[in-house]
Amino acid sequence: MDAIILQILNGLDKGSAYALIALGLTLIFGTLGVVNFAHGALFVIGAFCAVTLNRIFSISFATTDPTKVDFLGNPATIKTTYLEHWFGAGPAAWMTDWSVPLAILLAIPIMLLVGVIMERGLIKHFYKRPHADQILVTFGLAIVLQEIIKFFYGANPIQTAPPDVFIGTMDLGIWLGFEANAIAYPYWRMVYFLFSTVIIGGVFAFLQFTTFGMVVRAGMADRETVGLLGIDIDKRFTITFAIAATVAGLAGVMYTPITPPTYDIGVELLVLSFVVVVVGGMGSLPGAVLAGFLLGIVESFASMNEVKNILPGIDQIIVYLMAIIVILVRPRGLMGRKGVMED
Amino acid sequence: MLGLEKKDFTLLLIVTMMVIVAPFVLNPFPEGTAMAQMFNAGYPDLMQRFAIFGILVIGFNILFGLTGYLSFGHAAFLGAGSYAAVWMFKLLGYDIIPAILLSIAVSGLFSLAVGYVSLRRSGIYFSILTLALAQMMFNMAYSVLGNPSSSYNLTNGETGLQVYNSDPQVLLGATDPNFPHLFGLSMRSETHLLVGNWDFTLNAGYYLSGLFLLLAFYISIRIFRSPFGLMLRAVKSNQERLNYTGLNTRPYTLMAFVISGMYAGLAGGLLACMDPLAGAERMHWTASGEIVIMSILGGIGTLIGPILGAGFNEYFKNILSKINDSVLHEWLSFLPDGFEDIMVTLIHPFVGKGWHLTLGLLFMMVIIFLPGGLVEGGQRIGKLFNRKKADAPSDETPAE
Repeated sequence: MDAIILQILNGLDKGSAYALIALGLTLIFGTLGVVNFAHGALFVIGAFCAVTLNRIFSISFATTDPTKVDFLGNPATIKTTYLEHWFGAGPAAWMTDWSVPLAILLAIPIMLLVGVIMERGLIKHFYKRPHADQILVTFGLAIVLQEIIKFFYGANPIQTAPPDVFIGTMDLGIWLGFEANAIAYPYWRMVYFLFSTVIIGGVFAFLQFTTFGMVVRAGMADRETVGLLGIDIDKRFTITFAIAATVAGLAGVMYTPITPPTYDIGVELLVLSFVVVVVGGMGSLPGAVLAGFLLGIVESFASMNEVKNILPGIDQIIVYLMAIIVILVRPRGLMGRKGVMED
Repeated sequence: MLGLEKKDFTLLLIVTMMVIVAPFVLNPFPEGTAMAQMFNAGYPDLMQRFAIFGILVIGFNILFGLTGYLSFGHAAFLGAGSYAAVWMFKLLGYDIIPAILLSIAVSGLFSLAVGYVSLRRSGIYFSILTLALAQMMFNMAYSVLGNPSSSYNLTNGETGLQVYNSDPQVLLGATDPNFPHLFGLSMRSETHLLVGNWDFTLNAGYYLSGLFLLLAFYISIRIFRSPFGLMLRAVKSNQERLNYTGLNTRPYTLMAFVISGMYAGLAGGLLACMDPLAGAERMHWTASGEIVIMSILGGIGTLIGPILGAGFNEYFKNILSKINDSVLHEWLSFLPDGFEDIMVTLIHPFVGKGWHLTLGLLFMMVIIFLPGGLVEGGQRIGKLFNRKKADAPSDETPAE
């Protein structure tokens, strides 16, 4: 029993990442009808926002302290970060420690901006072009974005630590009435899961309970009629695109302590997110979230040693196998609507 | 001739000439000069890649160009073909005929399976399904079937599959060369033609690939002009209408998918013949993306486009990755000093290790401004020059 709970928990954090990316992808599909192959790159941009903030915090200037000498007899140079200089030692240490959560504040405006620029600058011109062209141009954009990041940050993974409070594991076993250490779960993964539920809940609430969201949903259902009613639907869809980009970016920011980001991390996640979208059903937001968590959990079960002993390597392909089965049994996916992307 | 119309036959002749003279034309600079270092492309490795990727993209074009189904998983068939060929080398010996036959057959089977599943949907769904299935094949090759300690190690994982001395190679004769060969002619054997300062390499492997390229090109012309090809075009222009006339299009699209998969298998087999090594990275979905890039660069749905696209991509990849800062300084030395440094700094991200960026940007530019690729570009330039002449109706309409 405790092993099963542990695997479900392990699946949750990966599932959260899948769900967040797939949610953004679906939002873009549903509104603009475009498959965004650059969505993985948006995740990477978010992740590197966290890296950048960490680096900004450690920018320092050197001062010489004439009263002290180093071992060569020269006046000692002391490096002080600007952060410390401006805010004092205590807050500076706290901010450095919390740089990953703080990066959210940096990432939100950046991702919104990137989203708006991408939609207005490029994707807008592709609405009337064939789907293949849309896929290809976003694929090209993904390559370009990825290479720009590689140029600035190199190709090696960059470690970014979570706040000290969240280092280590929490012992869920005791809470749930099992033995101690039966279910040990890293704090940060729990944070990631909670964070993603908040974001997912926020997006759904935004779409469900605000006038803006209502218009967007109406536009998803029938764009033309909404336009005829005198509503500038294009503007709203642009903002929706920016929101989708932000969701992907925030997923990336918070994911950095789990997997040190490299410039090409988005490439792998993108394929899995597409599988998630297909399994969930294209154009269905709840489907994307459900399938994201489902596939995350299935994947984590498949990587149990007991399963791997029977079917070696199953953890590598289980997600794709699930996708094939779902497509053969339910061609529209788990919660797909009729008439979405079927032309 | 050969069942082709005059225009197509001329095209075939042009490609034949291109294949024959490529080792000379691609070596325009005399040996030992700086320009030769940079721009000469007439060495066997690169020319083999031109021909082999030409075959691959011709096959891809039969699927994407005619039916409009955008597959994002063709590299998987290329990889499967390579593995099949290397296995033939390991089991039978270095004769390339069984290797190529098996690689075509294996890729055909794989593409039949992948096509069966993914052709149930069209449009974006199809692209994503091929992407997912190909990525699954990549994972199988990379880790599941490539674990050296397990008893079913088919692909040798990260190391890549290669031929060892301990392999059975039951048909290996005593006199056979220790490299893939056709009737004893090693793929590596080459003749050097020295003309003045020029050194032209005539390589057996290249000419074999070139022969296959011509064959592939010929078959592709026949498919383009056949009733089958017409049907595929009908699928592209309006599949719904075809369905309403009571016609089941799936056998046709599946056929096109399998044919293009077999082309990819042939290309994979040839790659293994030129260098008996197969690795999983050949199957990664970004490699599939590169196939798409090549076909778009050349011109989708045209006969000659795939060959141009493959050649263009491979050639510029090769050159761009060779340019480094010192080369740039040399080229720009005519500029004033400070300005030179600024220019080098500006160009630096786009060359050398950054060639991906340049090709990505170029690819985007082509998609945005020139959806017909190089062929459309050529036609536009041609029109520009022909405008002054009488308005004779030109029969240069692209093969769509």
